[in-house]
Amino acid sequence: MSGILDIVYAEYNYWIYVTLMMIGFYAMIAKKNLIKKVIGANIFQTAIFLFYISLSDVTGGTAPILMGGHGGEHAADVIYTNPVPHVLILTAIVVAVSTTAVALALIIRIYNEYGSIEEDVILAARRKLQPEFSEHARQKGVAEVGRQ
Amino acid sequence: MIWILDITMLFFLVVCAIAAISIKDLLSSIIILSAYSLIMAIVWVEMHSVDVGFTEAAVGAGITTVLFIATLARTEGRSED
Repeated sequence: MSGILDIVYAEYNYWIYVTLMMIGFYAMIAKKNLIKKVIGANIFQTAIFLFYISLSDVTGGTAPILMGGHGGEHAADVIYTNPVPHVLILTAIVVAVSTTAVALALIIRIYNEYGSIEEDVILAARRKLQPEFSEHARQKGVAEVGRQ
Repeated sequence: MIWILDITMLFFLVVCAIAAISIKDLLSSIIILSAYSLIMAIVWVEMHSVDVGFTEAAVGAGITTVLFIATLARTEGRSED
């Protein structure tokens, strides 16, 4: 019993990261609004960044900046946190912003074409424009297409 | 790592994430996402990851919010869900 509690207490960062990831995933799947989907993607990405930064933290460690640099005496007994995941995430943040910018540009283009950013409205408009897009219309055959 | 600050900030993080995806007004949603990014930057600085912290504060809370608001100005500001 205390083993389980130890895991819950000692690794609470990881529990929060999984929670945030699931919140973002839910928004990406279940929300109809396209901007809400991009917000969900952002939350998902930052949750993964939180996982990497939690991974790199060392108990009793300090920021990975050389102590006693600039010609001073080098301090040998300092514990640093692991800087490699930091560098990975620094790159990933820039990639995340680029992804968001492309997604938002696509949303503006979709809005100019269909006049809405709601997924179901866009799908309905698309079915009206191209009847063969809809599986239902394809099953009903030529009569549906002819009536358009 | 100061664990009481860490737990408080992580709690606010989850609250902000849930609020950002459940509010119908998109401008409020984007501002809450910006607050979420800022809290995330605080968590990272507090975990001794200073370079990632200030990059997130500048890029995540700054540029992303500007991009979202620019998109909102060209589309509609109301969400159905």
